[in-house]
Amino acid sequence: MTSARQYCTFYLNHLLFGVESQKIQEVVTYRELRPVPLAPPVVSGLMNLRGQVVVALELRRQLELPDRPANMPPVCLVVHAAGGAVCLLADEVGNVVDVEEETFEPSPETLSPRLRSVILGVHKLEHELMHVLDTDQACEVQALSKGQSSEA
Amino acid sequence: MDDSDDIVKEFLVESYENLDRLDRDLITLEKNPNDREVLASIFRTIHTIKGTSGFLAFDKLGAVAHVGESLLGRLRDGHLLLDREITSALLATVDAVRRMLANVEATGVEGERDDSALIARLTGLQRVSEAPRQMEAPSDLRAVAAAAGASPATGSPEPGTREIGRSEIGRTEARSPRITIEEAMPAAPTPAPAMGMEQSAAPLAEVADGQRVQQAAPGPSAADRTIRLDVGLLDQLMNLVGELVLARNQILQFANSTEESGLLVTSQRLNLITTELQEGVMKTRMQPIGNIWSKLPRTVRDLAVGCGKQVRVEMEGQETELDKTLIEAIKDPLTHLVRNSVDHGIERPEVRQAAGKNPEGRLSLRAFHEGGQVNIEIADDGAGLDQARIRDKAVQKGLISADQAARLTDREIVNLVFLPGFSTAEKVTNVSGRGVGMDVVKTHIEKIGGTVDLQSKPGEGVMVRMKIPLTLAIIPALIVTSASERYAVPQVSLLELVRVEARGERKGIEMIHGAPVYRLRGRLLSLVYLNRELKVGTKAGDAAEPASRSGIELSTARERNDLDGPAVNIVVLEADGRQFGLVVDEINDTEEIVVKPLSKHLKSISVYAGATIMGDGKVALILDVLGLAQGSRILAEGREHIQADPAQATAEVANGKQKLVLFTGPGGGAHGGAADTAGTSRKHSGIAGRARRQSMGDAIPGADSSADSRQSCARGAAASAAWRRCAVVANHRDAAGAGARKRTSVLRTGGEPDSRHRRKHARTPHSIDAGRRAALLGDRGAGGRVAGCSCPAARRRTVRTGGGHWGQDLGPKT
Repeated sequence: MTSARQYCTFYLNHLLFGVESQKIQEVVTYRELRPVPLAPPVVSGLMNLRGQVVVALELRRQLELPDRPANMPPVCLVVHAAGGAVCLLADEVGNVVDVEEETFEPSPETLSPRLRSVILGVHKLEHELMHVLDTDQACEVQALSKGQSSEA
Repeated sequence: MDDSDDIVKEFLVESYENLDRLDRDLITLEKNPNDREVLASIFRTIHTIKGTSGFLAFDKLGAVAHVGESLLGRLRDGHLLLDREITSALLATVDAVRRMLANVEATGVEGERDDSALIARLTGLQRVSEAPRQMEAPSDLRAVAAAAGASPATGSPEPGTREIGRSEIGRTEARSPRITIEEAMPAAPTPAPAMGMEQSAAPLAEVADGQRVQQAAPGPSAADRTIRLDVGLLDQLMNLVGELVLARNQILQFANSTEESGLLVTSQRLNLITTELQEGVMKTRMQPIGNIWSKLPRTVRDLAVGCGKQVRVEMEGQETELDKTLIEAIKDPLTHLVRNSVDHGIERPEVRQAAGKNPEGRLSLRAFHEGGQVNIEIADDGAGLDQARIRDKAVQKGLISADQAARLTDREIVNLVFLPGFSTAEKVTNVSGRGVGMDVVKTHIEKIGGTVDLQSKPGEGVMVRMKIPLTLAIIPALIVTSASERYAVPQVSLLELVRVEARGERKGIEMIHGAPVYRLRGRLLSLVYLNRELKVGTKAGDAAEPASRSGIELSTARERNDLDGPAVNIVVLEADGRQFGLVVDEINDTEEIVVKPLSKHLKSISVYAGATIMGDGKVALILDVLGLAQGSRILAEGREHIQADPAQATAEVANGKQKLVLFTGPGGGAHGGAADTAGTSRKHSGIAGRARRQSMGDAIPGADSSADSRQSCARGAAASAAWRRCAVVANHRDAAGAGARKRTSVLRTGGEPDSRHRRKHARTPHSIDAGRRAALLGDRGAGGRVAGCSCPAARRRTVRTGGGHWGQDLGPKT
C-alpha cells in the first residue's frame, strides 16, 4: 500500500492527516457553499469551482470528529475521486511530506470499522503521527434511505 | 475536378484520423480481446475506409480494407479470438492503408505496391479459425508478415450485411469525442450524385454513416466553413467563460462603486462581450435534433419501398436542442426504432385499407422538453403489438415464467419487448427480427441516463417514448427563492404563477383535512410548500399538519392566516399530467441556465434534477418537478409500475360500462385520465389538451390551464414584469404529452354517479396524509369497500366502491 511517497498534509481537530499528493487536484481557499437541503449531514454544500459544480464534504463529520468552530473558515482540498472532483473541507493545510514505507503502521483494531476503512493507517513522523486517508473512501457518502425525501 | 480533389482530401484527413485511432484501438483490444465496443469501433472504421475507397475508385485500398473487415467480422462474431498474430496482421493492414493513403496524397494514385501477400495473410487467418489452428501456421504467417513488411498489401472475403446492421447500434459512443460544427454548413452543397454513389457502395451503412458521407463529400464552400474540434476543447472554453463571467461580475461591482466614467463604460462593454461570448460557446455544443432526423425520411423511404409499404413521416419539434453528445448517443436507437416501426408496425396498404385506415401509414416523430428532460416520441399508426403473442413468446423463450406472465398488466407485457433476446418476428429480415434490437435500444438510452417506454394500442399503433436527460443542455428556468436560497424550476413544467395577497384572495387557500389547497378559478389545486418539502426554514405552512391530525373535519386556512406571512406565491406546475401548486417564498425571474449534473452523493435525492451556476457565480439547485411531486405524494412513487392499460379502459368505456380511471397516489388517492369528469372539476377546456386526450380515447376535453396564464397573472395583484414573461413562455409551451401519462388504477362504480355531483366534487388532495386519505375515501364510499389505498408502498391498487355515489359531499362546491 505504501512505499516512498509524497503526502499532502492537513489538520483536522489538531490531528495531522495526509493524502497522497497526486490525488490532490488543488487546494483552494474557502468560498461560499450552497447548502443542499435533504442531503446527508456530511455534505456541506456545493461549490462553484471555475464553472464546475463540486460537492463539498465535511471531513470532520466524515471522520466522526466534533464540528469545526464557527469562526474557523475551512480550506478546500479538491481531490480526484471516482465520480469526479470532490472538495474535502479541512481545518488548515500543512506541508507536503515525503515518507518511507517503514514508518507506516496500519490502523489499530480498536478503531471503528467505518473509520478503519477511511483511515488506512499512520505514518510515524518525527514529531507526530500522520493519518493516511483513503480518498476514495473519504469521498463516499452512505446512501440516503430511499424514503427520506418523501417524509416531508 | 476540383470537387473530386476536395473529396479525396477530406477522405484523407478523415482516414488518417481514423487510422491513428485504429492503432490505439487495436492495442487496447489485444489486451482485452473481449471488448466488443472497441472491436465494433475498429470494424466501423475499416468499413468506412472500404466504402469510401470504393466510391473513390481506389480499388487496391478497398481490397485491403475488405479483407481486414472480413477478418474483423469473424472476430466480432466470436468465431475467432484476437491474438497476437491477428493483431499484427491487422496492424499491418493499417500500415498498408496508411502507405497507400500517403501515396494517394502525393501522387493521386494508390501506388504500384503489391498487396497480395497481406491479403493472403489476412485471408489465411480467417481460415485458420474454421479448423483448429495448426501449429505451423504461425511460422508461415511470420514469413508472410515479413513479406508484407517489405511491401504492404491487401485482399478479402465478405463481411456480409448482417453484421453491419447489428453493428450500427453501438456505433456512436465508440466514436471519438469529436464534434463537427456544421451549423454554418448550408444543406445544399453536398453533391447529390456523390451521395447516391456512396449509398450504392455501402447501402446498409448509409444510415449511420450518413453524416460521414456529408463530411466526406461536401462542396468546397462547406468544407471551408466547417472545422472539426475536440469536444474537450469546447468544455475547457466553457469553463473559462464561466470564470470570465465571475471576473466580469466582480469588475462590474467594483466599477459601479467608483466615479471613474472610463472604467464604467469599459466594464459595460466587457459585460456585453462576456455575455455574448458565453452564449456563443454554449451554442457550439447544442444541436437541433432535426440534424439526425433529417436522415430518417430517406431511411424510411428505402425501407418502405423494400417492404412494399407506404409511409409518411411527420416531424414535430425538430428545433429541440440537445447536447451534441446526446444527439450522437440517441442516433442509432432512434434509427432502430424507426426501422422497427416501418418493418413491423405499419401494415401493408391492402391490410390498412381493409382495416379502414389510410393506406399510407404515418410515422410521427416528436421532440420536446418536459420535466427537465427531452422527450422524443416515435409513433406509428400501425397494427400495434400483439400482446398475447408477446406473452407467449416471452414464456416460450423462458424470459418469464407462465405464472409471471399471467400476472402482468397489458402495459408490462408490451414492455417485455425490451428484454434481451426478445423477438416475435416469425422470420428474420435484414431489417429487424433478430431479437437484438429493443434491448440494445434500451441499454443505450439508459446509458445516457434516459428511459424508454412503449405504449401500444391494438389496431392503432405503437408509441415509443424516450426521455433523455438534458445534461449540459441549456434550459429556461424560473428562479425562485425558498429560505433565502435560490432554486431553479424548469420552465417546461411551469403553467402559471399566482400570488395570493394577504387580503382579497387569501380566502382562496383552504384546507382539506390539513392538506392545503387553493381554489384556482374554482378548481382545487393541491399546494406543496417548498420549505416544508426541503425541510428548510419554517416560514409557511408548518403549522398545518400537527393541528389537523386529530380529526377528519375540514379546517380552513383562515384559522392560521397569521402563520403564512403577508402573501403566498404559488408556482403552478405540472408533473406527469398532474398539476400542483408549489408555494415558495419569492419568485425572482426567468433565466437560461446551464444544467450541471449532481455528483453521486446527491443523486439519491429525488427533488433535485441538477445544479446550475447563476450569473453571480453562486450555485443554485434545479428542482425536479416530478421528484417533488412524488415526494409530496402528488404522484405515486414508482408510478412506472402502477400502469393499467389506457386502451383497455377506453374499450370498456366504449362498451357502455361506467368506469372511472384514477391515478393512485401514495395516499391511495385517485385522479386523472378518463376520470377527469369525476375526480377533478376541470372547467377550463383548452384546445391543446383536447386533441391528445381524445387520441387516447378520452372524449373529455382536457384542461390546459396554460391558456389561462395571462389572465391569472393579471389577477395576481402584484404581477411583476418577470411574472408576465413567465406566463407568456408557459403559454407557448405545448401541453406536453398528456396522453402518454395515464398511469392508472381503476375504480368501478356499480351505478351511474350523478353527473351533477361529479362535476362539483373535488378530489382529495394527494398531499394529504395516507391514512387520512384512506379514511376519507372510505368514509364516503357509500357502503363501498376501499382496498389497499392506505399503504404508500403498495405498487398496484384497485380502489373499488360497492355502489352508489362517492364523495359527493366532500370538498367545497364550486
